[in-house]
Amino acid sequence: MDVIVCVKKVPDTAEADVSVGAGGREINKERLTFAINEWDNYAVEEAIRLKEEDEGTVTVVTVGGKDKEDILRRSLAMGADKAIRLDMEDPEDSFVLANVLYTLIKDQKFDLVLFGAQSGDFNSGVTGVMVARMLGISHAAMVNGIEVLDGRTKTSRELEGGLNEIYEIKLPALFTIQTGINEPRYVSISGIRKARKKELKVMTPADVGVTEVKPMLSLEKMYLPPPGKIAEIIGGSPEEAAAKLASLLKEKGAF
Amino acid sequence: MNFKGVDYYDIDDLLSDDEKLVRDSVREFLEKEVKPLIVDAFQNEKPLNMKELAPKMGELGMIGGPVPEEYGGPETSYMEFGLICHELERVDGALRSFAAVQSALFMYPIWKFGSEEQKHKWLPHIAKGKKIGCFGLTEPNHGSDVAGMDTVAKKDRDEWVIDGSKEWISEASVADVALVFARADEGVRGFFVERGTEGFTQAFQGKKGSMRCGDVGELAFSNCRVPSENILPKTTGSGLRGVFMTLNQARHGISWGAIGAAEDCYETALNYAKKREQFGSPIASYQLVQAKLVKMLTEITKGQLLSYRLSRLMDEKKERHQQISMAKMNNVSVARYCARTAREILGANGVSYDYSPMRHMGNIEAVYTYQGTSDIHTLILGQDITGISAFTREFKTKER
Repeated sequence: MDVIVCVKKVPDTAEADVSVGAGGREINKERLTFAINEWDNYAVEEAIRLKEEDEGTVTVVTVGGKDKEDILRRSLAMGADKAIRLDMEDPEDSFVLANVLYTLIKDQKFDLVLFGAQSGDFNSGVTGVMVARMLGISHAAMVNGIEVLDGRTKTSRELEGGLNEIYEIKLPALFTIQTGINEPRYVSISGIRKARKKELKVMTPADVGVTEVKPMLSLEKMYLPPPGKIAEIIGGSPEEAAAKLASLLKEKGAF
Repeated sequence: MNFKGVDYYDIDDLLSDDEKLVRDSVREFLEKEVKPLIVDAFQNEKPLNMKELAPKMGELGMIGGPVPEEYGGPETSYMEFGLICHELERVDGALRSFAAVQSALFMYPIWKFGSEEQKHKWLPHIAKGKKIGCFGLTEPNHGSDVAGMDTVAKKDRDEWVIDGSKEWISEASVADVALVFARADEGVRGFFVERGTEGFTQAFQGKKGSMRCGDVGELAFSNCRVPSENILPKTTGSGLRGVFMTLNQARHGISWGAIGAAEDCYETALNYAKKREQFGSPIASYQLVQAKLVKMLTEITKGQLLSYRLSRLMDEKKERHQQISMAKMNNVSVARYCARTAREILGANGVSYDYSPMRHMGNIEAVYTYQGTSDIHTLILGQDITGISAFTREFKTKER
């Protein structure tokens, strides 16, 4: 099975002090660190596992400048076989990005395309699905389990409230991967050594024939949520605090 | 994973992509798998279970450093091994001690001076974390004065008989094998003594204020017989010369590790100072606190540059051992200073194990002393620049 995984480098905002820039349309990035999108890392792991179970190749793809190559190299060190970087500015608009990725992927050989279910920066969760529609192949979003059958997969999707649904999907297909589908491996030094010999191909928009499309959305304004007016610090021992919290939640109708 | 480190002088830009990836991977593993275990282990002086952790570390290539793949080692550059040590000690000194003992003190002398049989017997298993080694040099009555060791080895037909004891040995009680140095008629020689050998006892040393997450203990030898093939062969590196070469390997890792601990203290203090409010403002807004933070950062940056340059020199095989001494001596002092200063900035909270500085402060005291005390390294450098040895002198006791 040949799998293509689309990965993206995103700012790590989990523990950072995030502030909105002067124009009000983007966050200040100078002090942020960047890493592979968490969901994408699960997708890379899943692709490598599928390859290890069966035969085939894993190709990781990203769009962006040379500074994005580290996430490709990392994926190669985990066990991907090949990487492609499309050398152009990473479009923020999901539709524009989907169009770029579609143009690149349509000429590649694949049975399965994987995306992270969403990206840690804008959390739109639509790029993968749009690419599937453009490619005209089946898709499933928020996938938390893949079993490969003959020319098909048994794919489970996560629904609200802890429910799962299972589909049989004909290949080729595109899935967007939910975290928790697997436990991504750590990168080993021997993996890093092997990755040195693997191909990391840089392509230009002209190489793949990217055509310009107009963004479907425009970002008007970005702001941090205003601080709430009601906040109560619950004190006491853990037992007391837990009891008080439970009764408060009950009172507000949370249960 | 990404680099959320202290890097005021863009030293990151001097590292290759692979070097950065090694560092980031090690950090990711440690943050997720090991860091959550540290505080309890330290507080209770209940060492981390290295029988469980070492295979994981081995799998990722964290044990063995430059030992070649041919012998199961990860064959890292010194720069990469330095970065691994940096990440390990950033979490806890006992982890870096473990990696240093396995890689530098146990594997390096076998790789450099051992027989082919010894290399194949031990190196692949240690590198994969499936066996644990320890290095027996320090004795109750001989620390810096290693040449005066009391442990003896006597040849008895095709066996060696070892008598004596070793103290403050990292991984002493869990080790599957010890590389022990003893005085033979021909001079100091190294011997492999395997766990369970008659006359060989391994014990854990408790009640320590330092390295409480790691195994530290005593080795005792009483009429302990080992076969003649267990001796480290007589080469130019056998005896004390080899011991000193071996120690230099570990000292390089320590220079990186100490800076890792210092960075963790600095980051803890910086984050705390920005959030902690006194007199209506964050304490980071006060000049006295800023002065402390700036001094810590400046010392850390200088230490990083020393270690960085040292690793590059070692990778080019151009280092002098005195340069290793300078990096070890300086960077441990930086870590000591940063642990204490971070503790100060954290006020009363600084004495709690909920924050790392007090734990690093304890650990770094052991690091200050082992692998050559700062005083000894000062004398090594003093001798180098003056040409005069100040290690020993005749000491005349006044007549009473």
